[in-house]
Amino acid sequence: MTTLALSQPEVIRPGRLTLLLRYMRRNKSLVIGLFIVLLLTAFTLIGMLTIDKGLAYPLSVKTKQPPSAQFPLGTDFFGRDLLAAMVVGMWQTALIGVLAGGLGTLIGVVLGFTSAYFGGPIDNGIKGICQILTPIPPFLIQVVLAGSLDKRSVTVYTMAFIVVLLSWMGPTLVIRSQVLSMKERQFVSVAKLSGMGDLGVIFGEILPNLLPFIAAAFVGQVFAAVFASFYLAVIGLGPLREPLLGNTIWSAQSQGAFFNGWWWWPIEPAVAMVLILGSLALINMGLDELANPRIRRTE
Amino acid sequence: MNRTMEPVLKVIDLQVSYYTDLGRAIALAGATLSLNAEEKLGLVGESGSGKSTMALAMMRMIKPPGRVERGQVIVDGTDLRTLSDEEMLRARLSKIAYIPQGAMNSLNPVTRIGAQMMDAIKAHDPKARKSEILERCMQALESVDLKRPVFRMYAHELSGGMKQRVCIAISILLKQKVIICDEPTSALDVVTQRQVMETIDRVQKEIGAAVILIGHDMGLMAQFVDKVAVLYAGRLMEVSTVREMFTNPKHPYAKALINSLPSLDNKGVFQGIPGLAPSILRLPSGCAFHPRCSRAIEVCTTEIPELGTLVDGRSVACHLFSDNA
Amino acid sequence: MTDLLEFKNVTKIYSRGLLSKTSTTALSNISLKLDDEKPTIVTVAGESGSGKTTLAMLLLGFITPTSGQILYKGQDISKLRGSDRMVFRREVQAVFQDPFAVFNPFYTVDHLLTVPIKRFKLAKSKREARAIMYEALNAVGLAPEDVLGRYPHQISGGQRQRINVARALVLKPKLLVADEPVSMVDASLRASILETLRGLQRNYGVSIIYITHDLTTAYHIAKSIIVLYRGEVMEAGDVDTIINNPKHPYTRLLIDSIPWPDINRHWGETEIKAKESELTAQNSGCKFAPRCPFSFWPCFQTTPLFRLNEHQAASCFLYEEHPRLEAERLTELLPV
Repeated sequence: MTTLALSQPEVIRPGRLTLLLRYMRRNKSLVIGLFIVLLLTAFTLIGMLTIDKGLAYPLSVKTKQPPSAQFPLGTDFFGRDLLAAMVVGMWQTALIGVLAGGLGTLIGVVLGFTSAYFGGPIDNGIKGICQILTPIPPFLIQVVLAGSLDKRSVTVYTMAFIVVLLSWMGPTLVIRSQVLSMKERQFVSVAKLSGMGDLGVIFGEILPNLLPFIAAAFVGQVFAAVFASFYLAVIGLGPLREPLLGNTIWSAQSQGAFFNGWWWWPIEPAVAMVLILGSLALINMGLDELANPRIRRTE
Repeated sequence: MNRTMEPVLKVIDLQVSYYTDLGRAIALAGATLSLNAEEKLGLVGESGSGKSTMALAMMRMIKPPGRVERGQVIVDGTDLRTLSDEEMLRARLSKIAYIPQGAMNSLNPVTRIGAQMMDAIKAHDPKARKSEILERCMQALESVDLKRPVFRMYAHELSGGMKQRVCIAISILLKQKVIICDEPTSALDVVTQRQVMETIDRVQKEIGAAVILIGHDMGLMAQFVDKVAVLYAGRLMEVSTVREMFTNPKHPYAKALINSLPSLDNKGVFQGIPGLAPSILRLPSGCAFHPRCSRAIEVCTTEIPELGTLVDGRSVACHLFSDNA
Repeated sequence: MTDLLEFKNVTKIYSRGLLSKTSTTALSNISLKLDDEKPTIVTVAGESGSGKTTLAMLLLGFITPTSGQILYKGQDISKLRGSDRMVFRREVQAVFQDPFAVFNPFYTVDHLLTVPIKRFKLAKSKREARAIMYEALNAVGLAPEDVLGRYPHQISGGQRQRINVARALVLKPKLLVADEPVSMVDASLRASILETLRGLQRNYGVSIIYITHDLTTAYHIAKSIIVLYRGEVMEAGDVDTIINNPKHPYTRLLIDSIPWPDINRHWGETEIKAKESELTAQNSGCKFAPRCPFSFWPCFQTTPLFRLNEHQAASCFLYEEHPRLEAERLTELLPV
């Protein structure tokens, strides 16, 4: 005689919107970070669509003008409209960030999964390479590489490449350790018993659970890429013609902007950089809370 | 038998609620019971019935969003709920002990067992001399059947059963009056379990403490305790002596529970309890058990039965045994 | 009469470290046969460290034996490939102990049922698949609307474990390994889950290997029992005989320590000798000898099985006047 379980009285769960709002109240860093990023993105996109990009390059407009109605962010020594320069600069920074960040994360995911899932000599090889490359100070290598390139071949894309070169190890090791622990979980064994092959397990069972970690790794990579492009440009190793934020500061500094009273020139890119990096850091912290179920206080 | 007139533990009308995103959940309500020195009480209930909540409430260890809203917990004449935080801290060391589930996992992995035991005594009695502390630790280890070398070992060198006995030793070092054990043997094998329970039994007699054993294993209760209290959806349904509970349970839930236990006589006959225990967020009206009760009557759907005392001293919360029947 | 399953002198040794020689023998020379035509329920009982989990893992093909062979329908399972392997995969299933761990927290509980249906092509359409799921859920006593579409943490432990059993039902295996299926479930629910498992054997012809340390449930569900200690068979045979009349000292200790929910039956007087569990190196001969109150010198040499009667055998020199039984013939005393 099988005893039939009677239906559970329905627990009224609040709507998804309410739960989302409550969660947003608890995870303030994620919300604030995303908000700032949204603002910056809006600024950049609207800017790219409305302004004349040519004004971001030297000898376009009257030089050394303070902020005014005609030039809301002023102009610099070389005749750049700083509003245009900021817009294009942010766009290029975003490009580097997403390219390098995305590439670094992708490499991390592929290598991390392969290493952890298949184990053996493959794992030892990948792990070994990561462990050898990690202690190398990336700044040093980046400076040497960027410095030895012919000035004309330094573009936004080469910057992205230089950054990725030594940043992929972090995500690889993090993803690897997560997969290692996850593949021992019982739902993986049960999936295998249910007929799933290796690929099915990787993409169907393990990967979805790793999405928060991958997202966090991505944000971290973007942060590192943006920051690296910034400091390389600040010391003059960036693509000098382009209005990258770091470049603007470098050229402002090389012309003694503060001493000459052109305060708006270096301040604007500095503020922008603080906002970008700060918001990325906040998002990272917020994702940390999301990914780590022990900190998370949902449901 | 060393019996004082006054029970060493009295819980009166204890109530605990949790305020969650999904509303207020009454995890425990109207809990009343008493325990004499050297008496052993088994607190039984399924998961979500409120047994751990009751233990934590007695220890004043309920954290937000939980709140103890009503009731008294009187240990050795003192109502714990009236104490200040500092006094409660000392009470936890001297009057009432709590060995949580998985206590063996809470042993510090990087300090030796002996150091942890000595820390416990020093926290309680800062002025005690080192040689005296050492001697008490050794005695405690002996009373839980562990050899002296364990004092210098690390937690990972011991088996599950041994670790659990260390936790018992630490808690009895301070000779508390009431010891609450929350599922002390759930992760242990049956032989080790017996060993640990026999240890608790012996220790309890030595220091004259009262023991509350929380669990869901009725077999363990039958072997170990003197009284059994059955919890369901946050309320005490029945409190009887162990003999009465197993031979003549009164409350329909307790009866169904006893009937569902496998024994040597009814091989092959399985009797479960139909239905599912309700979520405390959404309790049925009246008696929480009435949807699954084969003997429910009209009043069961509207009024919550109070825990009433019968002529033989037992307590039952059921309309069938009150004047409303 | 083909054998559904055969364990031929299976031994599994785990060795640790490259340089050190520390190794643990998880299973030692186990032989077992299960008949294809007579589905039965066998209990493998033992405490932690007995090797019962290793046995389950070997059976499911998750690990390979150090020596010996495991044959499924006559074929060595480590050598199965392609469609043969898929058949094996489908016909040998498991129900695990932790009702929560088997669910992937990313998906709803439906995922546990839809994956095998899809992988083994058990349904030709979505509607058919849904029908199969409904049937299985009803058979374990669940109303499908109560659980489908929910996430694992939104339903109770008992419901989760029932879904696990439903999953086994969907696949209709020939052999089911139930590794402590009710130990993490509330007492009042155990009865119905065990009843469902018994139904599987009776109505669908599924042989079940019920692994547990809880002899009370084993007594109620199984026909035969094998008692393991540290990878060796201590006693085996008919479950009624052994639980009511245990012969091996270890079995006696085990049975005496069962907390029967019966106030007239107390923990026995069997002394628990050597109270510390042995974390020392393993000795040759009977693994229980160091803890056994009856051990004497031959116990430390070898441990043959002695056949005590038609349905019971124990590996203990206390019974040396009885005829010996080779490990390979163990199955003969397991009634069906």
